[in-house]
Amino acid sequence: MDYFLQLVVSGIVTGGIYALIAMGFVVVYKATGVINFATGELMMLGAFFAYTAMTVAHAPFVVALLVAAIGAAALGAVVERVVLRPLLGQRAISVIMVTIGLSSVFKGLAQLVWSGEYRNFPPVFPRAPVVLGSVILPSRQAYPFLMALVAILAVALVFRFTRTGIAMRATASDQATAFGMGIDIRRIFSLSWSIAAVTAAVAGIVIGTIGGISPQLGAVGLRIFPVVILGGLDSIGGALVGGVVIGILENLAGGYLDPLLEGGGVKEVAPFVALVVILMFRPYGLFGTREIERL
Amino acid sequence: MLIGNYKETYAADEALFRTPTARAWVAVGAAAAIGFPFLAGDYLLYLANLVGVLAIGALGLNILTGFTGQISLGHAAFMGIGAYATAVLAARAGWPFWLALPAGGAAACLAGMVVGVPSLRIKGLYLAIATLAAQVIFEWIFTNWSSVTGGIRGINVPPAQIFGLGFDTDRRLYFLILALAAAHTWAAANLFRTRIGRAFIAIRDRDISAELIGINLFRYKILAFMLSSYFAGIAGGLWVYFTRVVTPENFPLSLSIQYLAMIIVGGLGSIKGTLMGTVFITLVPEVLKALAQGARAFAPEAMSYLFR
Amino acid sequence: MPAAQPALTTAPDMLRLEGVSLSFGGVRALAGVDIAVPAGSISGIIGPNGAGKTTVLNCVTGFYRPQQGAIRFGGQEVTRVSPDRRAAMGIARTFQNIALFEGMTVLDNIKLGAHAHLRTGVVSALLFSPRARREELALREEVEREIIDFLEIEHLRWRSVASLSYGLQKRVELARALAMRPRLLLLDEPVAGMNEEETEDMARFILDIQEERGITVVLIEHDMGVVMDLCDRVTVLSFGQKIAEGTPAEVQSSPEVIRAYLGTR
Repeated sequence: MDYFLQLVVSGIVTGGIYALIAMGFVVVYKATGVINFATGELMMLGAFFAYTAMTVAHAPFVVALLVAAIGAAALGAVVERVVLRPLLGQRAISVIMVTIGLSSVFKGLAQLVWSGEYRNFPPVFPRAPVVLGSVILPSRQAYPFLMALVAILAVALVFRFTRTGIAMRATASDQATAFGMGIDIRRIFSLSWSIAAVTAAVAGIVIGTIGGISPQLGAVGLRIFPVVILGGLDSIGGALVGGVVIGILENLAGGYLDPLLEGGGVKEVAPFVALVVILMFRPYGLFGTREIERL
Repeated sequence: MLIGNYKETYAADEALFRTPTARAWVAVGAAAAIGFPFLAGDYLLYLANLVGVLAIGALGLNILTGFTGQISLGHAAFMGIGAYATAVLAARAGWPFWLALPAGGAAACLAGMVVGVPSLRIKGLYLAIATLAAQVIFEWIFTNWSSVTGGIRGINVPPAQIFGLGFDTDRRLYFLILALAAAHTWAAANLFRTRIGRAFIAIRDRDISAELIGINLFRYKILAFMLSSYFAGIAGGLWVYFTRVVTPENFPLSLSIQYLAMIIVGGLGSIKGTLMGTVFITLVPEVLKALAQGARAFAPEAMSYLFR
Repeated sequence: MPAAQPALTTAPDMLRLEGVSLSFGGVRALAGVDIAVPAGSISGIIGPNGAGKTTVLNCVTGFYRPQQGAIRFGGQEVTRVSPDRRAAMGIARTFQNIALFEGMTVLDNIKLGAHAHLRTGVVSALLFSPRARREELALREEVEREIIDFLEIEHLRWRSVASLSYGLQKRVELARALAMRPRLLLLDEPVAGMNEEETEDMARFILDIQEERGITVVLIEHDMGVVMDLCDRVTVLSFGQKIAEGTPAEVQSSPEVIRAYLGTR
């Protein structure tokens, strides 16, 4: 039972990080209809920004976090303006390929600047593990989770209560009407990409503190898809729920099925099997909106 | 003075190459292709073989994505299935080339059928994501089902043999690959002279109207998946005889993306374009490498900027 | 019984809608609609915008499934039959906003219409076997003889449909529908957006289709001139309900119809 609980709690921790990444992804999709395949690489860049701030400028963690967030926000806005704005209204496959191309470019640039080697993040959190009843959480899981939680709350609050947040929700709901009401759609697009980049950066930093960083860090970005499909491509709440569920699912699958199957590595593949199952039975996920076709 | 394009029979109007000029170019191209290996060095020969194998795969993807409009992010996985099937049959069961290769294609085809089943209920972006999942899942199978796939070490394969003639040099392989690539290009072009090809395009352009014309969407989408993965499987099998070894890292997501790049650059929905796109995408990294080597004379670190 | 009626009234109806009701969410699109279309006739469906005319066509082709009621085609109940099967059975349709396949030439679009009647399989297609070749050539001849000549579009064969004018696109759509070898042809606003000359041409085609080929035609139209000239019978819909039916003259003078189109004082 303890083993089960340990797995579930670990899953919630990972899930929190997934949820954070998924939030950014959903924000972009809702506002612009674009599927951001470069999410993973945005995470990676954010982590590197923070890492550089800490190792080169010897900045304290909080400052590095801020620097990375600002850098990521700027990057997101630039990407939207320069790469994605010209593609408004183009075919789905064009936009997909562009974000995929972006991810390649980011990875290549990261290798150029920081070389391909793997590095450890400088120690950030207190060493002592966190104890909750019979569950022991190593500090490198508990604190990152807390970070992710705080970030999620921040984004949620912005959405709910600020004017900009409301403007974003309006744009996501009905672009034409929002435009007609005087909302600057282009600013919203920029903003949504900035938010996505920032959430990705924070998530990347969180992951970096757990497992170190390298230009390959972006590979985790693929894990987004099971999360957002489960939650619904256009649902932020769904991203949260989906993140946690997938986190728990992959841990349980790994924990119980690994010993049974040769080779192991079930943790990597379980979310994608779940993805296929969800697509078969409930493609719009738990909270996504159904698309209707008219003739 | 001849102006325009005058045909006297419908048959002439429906032919694959309709003008004398087109036919002449094909003849020239064929002659060049056949003469090529006798003039080119080893490296170019290797590249030509690579292009030939990948072109077959790219044709398959264009059938599915360019002509039928179903975006697939998992094409490399199907190539891998064909490769592994062929490798296992050739290396472990001792099957000859002319059996192992089609079997590889058939295995991939079957997988394509399975992956295409969701197209009954989901379309567009969601289907693309499903193919992404398929790519990840199959890659995992290639790496982890080591009892069959040999895991990370992979499988080594003996050279292809036809009627006792071994295809163990690049030059011999060239003719084999050329023949198969030409045959598959011809088959793909034929497809679009018939109702099957037309149905594919209709599904891409307006699937609802296609259904109202009498096209069973599900059946044809599955067919597109099966054909596309068959082509990929053949490419995979050929790859195995070309490189003589298959490992899980040969078929990553980046290869699926490379295939997409080939057909987009070459032209979605164009057979000729597929070939040109394959050449382009395959050669660009090589050209860059050559340029970097040249630049080394001026800036010794140039090479290190071309990480894979 | 009136003196000898034309064969129309004793032959079974080509199309019958019986009590068809359809709702989208909370919106009622059709309410208990009954329509009978005699075989070999030209029937019209008219009504103000939003009356449900196109919805009726969509139900007949199978794109929509009515929650209540039945649809009979040539005596057979087709309410549960899939759209592609209904097309093979002989129901063809043109669209209000053109639904041609932009990626293909005019000729290919028309050939596509015959899809359900062709037999070439995948392997034959890949090899372009003699069988496939024969079928393709026979199709080409049939399309040329029966359709391209008839609709006077010889000069457009190899043009891409996207490059055609609206009027010509509508004609190509009609051609494609004819290639389906239909028994029932549903035309959704066939002369919308056409000038007088184009309208006359289209009207002539429709008449020829009915008279020479014996195809039953149902058309939705706003152009009253066309409706009066072509239709044997007219059904009037308003807000998803049938409010009148009869000959064009009867319908034109019906007070309900006038009220529906012009509103009450």
